[in-house]
Amino acid sequence: MGMTITQKIMAKHCHKEYVEPGELVMADIDMALANDITGPVAIEEFKKAGAKKVFDRKKVALIPDHFAPNKDIKSAELCKTLRSFAREQQITHYYEVGRMGVEHALLPEQGIVLPGDLVVGADSHTCTYGALGAFSTGVGSTDLAFAMMTGKCWFKVPETIKFVYHGKKNPWVTGKDLILYTIGDIGVDGALYKAMEFTGDALKNLTMDERFTMSNMAIEAGAKNGIMEPDEVTLEYVKSRARRDYEIFKSDDDAKYCKIIDYDVSKIEPQVALPHLPENSVSVYEVADVSIDQVVIGSCTNGRIEDMRQAARVIRGHKVHPYVRMIVIPATQEVYSQMIREGIMEIFIESGAAVSTPTCGPCLGGYMGILAKGERAVSTTNRNFVGRMGHPESEIYLANPAVAAASAVKGKITHPGEVVDT
Amino acid sequence: MIFRGRAWIFGDNIDTDVIIPARYLNTTDPQELAFHCMEDISPGFSKKVKRGDIIVAGKNFGCGSSREHAPLAIKECGISCVIARSFARIFYRNSINIGLPIMECEEAADFVKAGDELEIDTDKGVIKNLTSGSSYNAMPFPDFIKGIIQAGGLLNYARKAENRDV
Repeated sequence: MGMTITQKIMAKHCHKEYVEPGELVMADIDMALANDITGPVAIEEFKKAGAKKVFDRKKVALIPDHFAPNKDIKSAELCKTLRSFAREQQITHYYEVGRMGVEHALLPEQGIVLPGDLVVGADSHTCTYGALGAFSTGVGSTDLAFAMMTGKCWFKVPETIKFVYHGKKNPWVTGKDLILYTIGDIGVDGALYKAMEFTGDALKNLTMDERFTMSNMAIEAGAKNGIMEPDEVTLEYVKSRARRDYEIFKSDDDAKYCKIIDYDVSKIEPQVALPHLPENSVSVYEVADVSIDQVVIGSCTNGRIEDMRQAARVIRGHKVHPYVRMIVIPATQEVYSQMIREGIMEIFIESGAAVSTPTCGPCLGGYMGILAKGERAVSTTNRNFVGRMGHPESEIYLANPAVAAASAVKGKITHPGEVVDT
Repeated sequence: MIFRGRAWIFGDNIDTDVIIPARYLNTTDPQELAFHCMEDISPGFSKKVKRGDIIVAGKNFGCGSSREHAPLAIKECGISCVIARSFARIFYRNSINIGLPIMECEEAADFVKAGDELEIDTDKGVIKNLTSGSSYNAMPFPDFIKGIIQAGGLLNYARKAENRDV
């Protein structure tokens, strides 16, 4: 019986020829990741369990990104806990403010995660690396403490749902729209406990950054991971970044899927997910006259260079609406400096947007753009839950960077085509 | 294990941001987390809960972030057990790992009303509704899950197992 790419990576990491869905396995991990919120809890557990040394200092990544640069005294203490542990354990992949980025943008960019890897992270969006053809999934702090101690994590091998995207994309449709549409179709628990495998000819034309966005949001459908087979685009991305060997896995032709879902992308318009669930996605044309107070462009979902280019293309030569605050947060220092090199930084600043150093900040209602009661935001982030970005009576509309930028110009949710002639 | 308490009812897709909003994640102190548990959808929840009370919810309970602070906050505010139609994957794992008993049960999600007095036998997988007189079936806990919960979490369990050379 053939195996899916997910099965193959798991089999390899528990030294088996074959694993089947439902089987419980103890697998070796290539990277264990934590941030300033989940890391300190994991470190406490690690110490309580009497552990002295991490299993491999090169295979642990600790990134202070959620409330960093430190937003208050308590956050400063959390970051300090992470920093002290990183120094004490001589962790290779600890990135300080000024060098750090949003973890799920930073790790692939720095070649810390690679195709064929098995990665666990104490952050639900760890599934992002599936875009590289890696198996990666979010865990809690206790699982992460165990992983840091032993280099292992147990899993139930998931069944896979295959998503096939074909056809030609409409203007301004991106990976973000494909995944929002998919979540809208199957629901926020539509892939609960399962692997999502993204395939089809329409994916070939997606940039690496758009692919990261798709895999990133697999968790918003409840999935364990969201994976794609590596192709030329993947290999081109990885080529200049990898500093160790990696392995390319592909699903067998006779691999078994619990479901196969087909989408004709020519029928998909830019999407907006209405409050308060990512599954509430509709075409931007269906959202009439929703005025907004804030726009956020950034996060592990849409804070990469391609996202910045799209937003800049829309806002160039326009001004942010007088009633709107537009906050742009490049996800990493590399994205930040690339924006300067390409003149994108100037476009945003000229338009009246605020540009910040990398942080998760407002995405999870931490800081750098909290919403007041009754306020509305269009955000390129991943979740629009009640109170996610501030007051429980505020609202978040999820969209791609071009829709977000167009909405910033008009002061209401807007199709980019209304701002830019295509 | 037997748990007995009043039911608190919640709907579908209760996410980790409403269980414990991220604005309070600048602490790891379970008591402080418990104080803010569910406050955005059920103000004053942590004060109203009595030790032993039980949450009964719809599908996909605990969806969203991987924050272990969510099951910690629920456990610390006195909830003895969470019953739901289904749980989000990471929340499920985290709950077991920190020693918060959770059970999937469609019938309970359908029929239990706010304030009903419930008695749960996790070994038998039986949930008795003492108020209505009905009873619902769930999967009993396997021994190792029972062991983890009794030890107060996965790492305590691992440590105990190590000492016993199991």
